[in-house]
Amino acid sequence: MYKPQERYEIIEKRDLSDVISEHIIYAPLIARSTKPGHFVILMKDENSERIPVTLVDWNKDKGTITVIIQSIGKSTADINSMKKGDFFLNVSGPLGTPVEVKKVGTVVGIGGGVGIAELYPIAKAFKEAGNKVISILGARNKDLLILEKETKEISDEILITTDDGSYGKKGVVTDALKELYEKGEKIDSVFTIGPLIMMKFVALATKPHSTPTYASLNPIMLDATGMCGGCKVEVDGKFKFACVDGPMFDAHKVNFESLLKRNNAFKEFEEQSLKEFEKKHNCKIGLH
Amino acid sequence: MNKPKRPSPNLKRNEGRHQDPVERTKNFEEVALGFNMEEALTEAARCLNCKNKPCELACPVNVKIPEFITSLYQEDIQSSVLKIYETSLFPAICGRVCPQEEYCEAACVLKDKFGSVSIGRLERFVADYARKNNMLKLPECDKDNGLKVACVGSGPASLAVAAELRKKGYDVTVFEALHEYGGVLRYGIPTFRLPREVIDFEVENLKKMGVKFIKNVLIGKSISLDEIRKDFDAVFIGSGAGLPSPLGVNGEDLIGVYSSNEFLTRINLMKGYKFPEYDTPVYVGKKVVVVGGGNTAMDSARCAKRLNPESVTVLYRRTKAEMPARAEEIENAIEEGIKFEFLTAPVELEGDEKGRLKRVKCIRMELGEPDSSGRRKPVPIKGSEFYMEADVIIAAIGQSPNPLIQQTSKIETNKWNCLVVNEKGQTSIEGVFAGGDVVRGGATVLLAMKDGKIAANAIDEYLKSKISNKN
Repeated sequence: MYKPQERYEIIEKRDLSDVISEHIIYAPLIARSTKPGHFVILMKDENSERIPVTLVDWNKDKGTITVIIQSIGKSTADINSMKKGDFFLNVSGPLGTPVEVKKVGTVVGIGGGVGIAELYPIAKAFKEAGNKVISILGARNKDLLILEKETKEISDEILITTDDGSYGKKGVVTDALKELYEKGEKIDSVFTIGPLIMMKFVALATKPHSTPTYASLNPIMLDATGMCGGCKVEVDGKFKFACVDGPMFDAHKVNFESLLKRNNAFKEFEEQSLKEFEKKHNCKIGLH
Repeated sequence: MNKPKRPSPNLKRNEGRHQDPVERTKNFEEVALGFNMEEALTEAARCLNCKNKPCELACPVNVKIPEFITSLYQEDIQSSVLKIYETSLFPAICGRVCPQEEYCEAACVLKDKFGSVSIGRLERFVADYARKNNMLKLPECDKDNGLKVACVGSGPASLAVAAELRKKGYDVTVFEALHEYGGVLRYGIPTFRLPREVIDFEVENLKKMGVKFIKNVLIGKSISLDEIRKDFDAVFIGSGAGLPSPLGVNGEDLIGVYSSNEFLTRINLMKGYKFPEYDTPVYVGKKVVVVGGGNTAMDSARCAKRLNPESVTVLYRRTKAEMPARAEEIENAIEEGIKFEFLTAPVELEGDEKGRLKRVKCIRMELGEPDSSGRRKPVPIKGSEFYMEADVIIAAIGQSPNPLIQQTSKIETNKWNCLVVNEKGQTSIEGVFAGGDVVRGGATVLLAMKDGKIAANAIDEYLKSKISNKN
């Protein structure tokens, strides 16, 4: 049962947009104990960073896990340049504290950008636990909207917004959320995964209604084993380690301002790294 | 080879060759260059070969010091290295990082009059020579006994358990949370103190002996302790002391505030000093402040220095005399141009509008009455606050055990979250043993190795008695 695994093969790869790819990876020891909300650390090769990614799906029988990655910098672009049959040198996990799934009534899942992928297993689990699930998906434009069909299948209701109005309603996810409240929908719990700024505004929108709201935070991580403290986030005035205590936290208690700043800690390095990657591959990731 | 007559105690103690202090701050190569054969034989000639062996008695694992030095002097390296292996396991590592000045060299009868024999450097010489000349045969392992033992973590304690039990015929699996093996040897101790080939050699040998290594599995998260307890006949926990202590001052969330664990991991494990060839960045800015007085503080300061900032300053709340770091490492740091502010502690961190650290508010201390550690307690001097500009501050003020295993099982811990064990390393859960920093809360490689050896014997005893009870 406990077999050493030196490398981790990509069994299937599917491009969901120009910059978003789905990878199905053979990692039986991880697949066997994954729960919704767990994440893994990926390293493409020896020179790579340790990149945390929330698991989208897993299959115990086949021993596979699924991740969906958006190219936003060198490391993510490097991973998305991999093909079916390629190997990750390291996949570590499952890590983090899984989401406590139970029947609460009506659960609203709010996913933004690639966060939609990470929301999917959580929404699915709440649906299977007998909840009414309303999914709000937000993307910058139609091309960047992912997993619409899959999310629809596990949702009682689905609302879509795009920044430019190229699909669904023009606007942002909090507009759709506010409409739900205005319609008189009784919301028992909100889960949100996406850009920090989006999650911050979701938290602000649910606070007046005292709706329990949970945000999956994405601070800079290094070891993801609770060892370095790099991923510390201030929750309820205390520092928590997102890698082991999270990544999901009570959104009303998170200090988003501090985290927004901290996530820029290595910005210049990230830009330098991306520039060299683009030069080498003669391409342009062209994001942000 | 020409060598002095033995004993020649009055020859000058040889501290070994070192890389030039200016040159070495531009690289991450080993600082201490050790001995060549002639130097080793000359140093070996100084040993009096005392009958009562004070050095050997002072060694936590009782390395047969006079005997290995005698064989070395006779230029029989093979016998010399085998003598060391009779009681120790990783001499190339211990010869480098063990605090000999507190153990064997402190007990050497030559210490006061001529200077102790350089025992650590001799141990390192013998181990390196044997390794480089392929003189080390893999130990013979007993026939497989079919009993399975899991080791949690792949640091020095677990490696010792794995080596001892594999030799006795056990089926040993080592679980490592990170992607490379060695634990603190890998992520904590910099390459300029412990070259990676030395760690790789030990791990490779264990693999060749048949020890299974599984990387990327965090026990307590990926798999629970209860689960591996069920799947293995016995478990050894050697998960170390990986939880950093925060400074506990305002501004801890500013950019530029690192724990020593993060800073050292970025450099040692992820090779951030080779960015952008390696993808993991590490930022030091112009002015670096390191807080703490132990080996980890020295390692952090010396790593920072190698990334070429304008200045690196160590703040320590007591005086140089109380620093827990090895004297040799403090001297190395001073030679490399690292500044020290003794009797000083940070009280607040201030940042700019972007959330980056700008300056550190410090306070001067004076030494008061001795505290529980027996050292005089530092007391802040009222009104002595002052500011130091800093882009980066690294907290190296101690570690406690990573709490994951404790949180997810019913294992007994003390108030510092260290696992409670008896003298054989047995924890409160039957069949689960522990040793090293997860028990001691931050000690040395050598003591971890010693704990591992003791626990390995206890596991062997436990499993054999269990089987004979069954029969």
